Amino acid sequence: MAIVNPAADAFAASGRAEPEVVEYPGERASWLQVAPLVLVLLLFFGLPMLVVLAVSFFDFSRTEIIPAFILDNYIDLFRSEVTLRLYASSLKFALIVWVVTLVLGFNIAYFLVFHVRGLLFQIGLFLLCTVPFLTSNIIRMISWIPFLGRNGIFNQALQGAGITSQPLEFLLFSDFAVIVAYVHLFTLFMVVPIFNSMARIDKSLLEAARDAGAGRFRVVAEVVWPLSRTGIALGSIFVVTLVMGDSFVVRTMSGGQSASVVSALQNEVAALQYPPAAASAVIMVIIVTLMVAAILRIVDVRRELAG
Amino acid sequence: MTRSSSETTNKLNRRTLLKGAAAGGAVVATGFPTVWAQNTKDITLVHAGGSYAAIKEIGDQASKDLGFKIVMQAITDDVQLNRSLTQPQTIDINNIDSTKLPYLLGKGAIAPIPVAKYKLWSETVPLFTKGSYPNGNMATTQGLAPIEAMFYADKDAKKLAGKPTEFLTMIPTIYNADTLGIRPDLVGGRDKIMSWKDLLDPKFKGKTALVDYAPVGVMDVAMALEARGDFKYADKGNMTKDEIDKTIKIMIDLKKGGHFRSFWSTFDQSVNLMASGEVVVQSMWSPAVTAVRSRGIDCYYVPLKEGYRGWFVGLAPMAHLSGLKLDCAYEYMNWFNSGWQGGFIAKQGYYSAVPATAKKFLTPEEWDYWYDGKPAAVDIKDPYGTLMEKKGTTRDGGAIWDRMGNIACWNTVMDEDRYLTRRWNEFVSS
Repeated sequence: MAIVNPAADAFAASGRAEPEVVEYPGERASWLQVAPLVLVLLLFFGLPMLVVLAVSFFDFSRTEIIPAFILDNYIDLFRSEVTLRLYASSLKFALIVWVVTLVLGFNIAYFLVFHVRGLLFQIGLFLLCTVPFLTSNIIRMISWIPFLGRNGIFNQALQGAGITSQPLEFLLFSDFAVIVAYVHLFTLFMVVPIFNSMARIDKSLLEAARDAGAGRFRVVAEVVWPLSRTGIALGSIFVVTLVMGDSFVVRTMSGGQSASVVSALQNEVAALQYPPAAASAVIMVIIVTLMVAAILRIVDVRRELAG
Repeated sequence: MTRSSSETTNKLNRRTLLKGAAAGGAVVATGFPTVWAQNTKDITLVHAGGSYAAIKEIGDQASKDLGFKIVMQAITDDVQLNRSLTQPQTIDINNIDSTKLPYLLGKGAIAPIPVAKYKLWSETVPLFTKGSYPNGNMATTQGLAPIEAMFYADKDAKKLAGKPTEFLTMIPTIYNADTLGIRPDLVGGRDKIMSWKDLLDPKFKGKTALVDYAPVGVMDVAMALEARGDFKYADKGNMTKDEIDKTIKIMIDLKKGGHFRSFWSTFDQSVNLMASGEVVVQSMWSPAVTAVRSRGIDCYYVPLKEGYRGWFVGLAPMAHLSGLKLDCAYEYMNWFNSGWQGGFIAKQGYYSAVPATAKKFLTPEEWDYWYDGKPAAVDIKDPYGTLMEKKGTTRDGGAIWDRMGNIACWNTVMDEDRYLTRRWNEFVSS
């Protein structure tokens, strides 16, 4: 494996699994190595999840959660057409944002890795991509509001240029605004892993493909794309889970006019209705886990990273 | 920012001292301090409440006047309720929004207050003591009215009495009358909106907003529907499932037709919606209207003919307090309505439950403007010294009882709140 780029190497190191060791003492050592993480995960993820699972079967009154074993919370959830609508809405956002960030992420990474000459310039441009992350994502998102508003800069520019005669209303407090913010916030999560995968592609493979008569698109489709699959899979996991788990962006950018699974769950928590919120959270975890599992089934990230 | 506010505090203190000297009699009458300072100097009380009520400056002043420490914690409603019920010992003084009382009732989290412990009860406005306005008329009992919320049936504090008893649920502190805010320049003038029904007027399609909170959002629409003559509610503050269904159905149709531009969930959002012109009619809070105006944009808090939506908050000691700490808690709650706090929040547009004490901490011009609805004789400033209104302006809606005396419905939590939350989620996702 030829690493061409120390910057990429640094990124790769964090994601690469340890090579498998067969000897006995080594195995014990690796158990010790994972122990702290396992402990942290059990304590701060496993245990709370179990509590949420337990509460999802509880009964509740206005102020109390009453230990019980009832299925009502789940029955209500599956019977309500709101559930379906919320998932449809969240999945719609996830799909659109995934496609857009994938196209952007792949192209940006491709440009950085294969077109930019000179390591310094490459690293410089890569850092430029991360500059927005120096501000909080709330600020990055909220700054779209004055930009897209009815009397915002964009509408003023359009009218000033004579392109439109009256403000475009759909720009803000709409699904469009939500997607713009998601894409802005999450594209980098796609760029980084794909950049990382691409940086590890041996450039001589591309030369060989070209020598064998492949055109530019064929090289991308048959060499770069397959060898970037790990990065694409990881980026997709980031983007899909972030969108599915979001409530803040959808609430703010749609002006409260669109809902996501989590924002509905939040309304229940605010009204102290924990058991139905817990049931909703359990279903959400199952669905998102299935989505991640599906992605990992298509791309064996472990094997490819180890290779 | 910090500097200018500390200068203001100094100024206030100087004035306070002068006033204090002038009002020396009153201070003695309310009896500070009744607990010896040397015993109490190590006491710390945590006062938790909404950001509009649990203000740091008030805590600092109380600490100075009382000799023990008050720590102000501004938190959101649901966090506060959660902590009150699940970690009650993390709070000492609970600054309760009346609509949260039903959640706390019978849970043993807050302690009942014997009327005798509260020295200013006789000076409190009759809205809280008798449920009536100063002119003797009874205030509406739609929603959770003060008279319904103020009294426990007995010292067990399990049930509300709905009439005066010897046990208070909380000491009433601040209250106000909410209505619609408008942009006069964008709706064609101040007189163009007179009724709640204008919130639903097709002419403002895509330019209206509601608060993103089911109990208040639905009630504002109910006010509008009743004003429009769609139907009459038995009690807008406690709708039946059928009434909720009818209301939500109309709301969903309106939303699908693009009637609402946005739903706001924070104070700043409501200010920005209005200031940017995204919205020209919306339900908002009084200080938010002022905040829009302070940007040089005209905004009007309309006195609507059907009346206002009223709200009030109060203080209650947590049940875990005892001994010296409980004594200090009573002392603090008595201090709270003794004037300094009332003067401070008057300049944010809120009323004190004991206006007579607040008056001592306001200049006559300030009193005339905030309480009496007279044109400002001087420039009106907020508690931090920032200009709020120019000389000559009059408070929207006028004097205290022109506003508070015309409440159509009180903020509340409905018996069917579980159902309401479900339908509201349906509305938002539709």
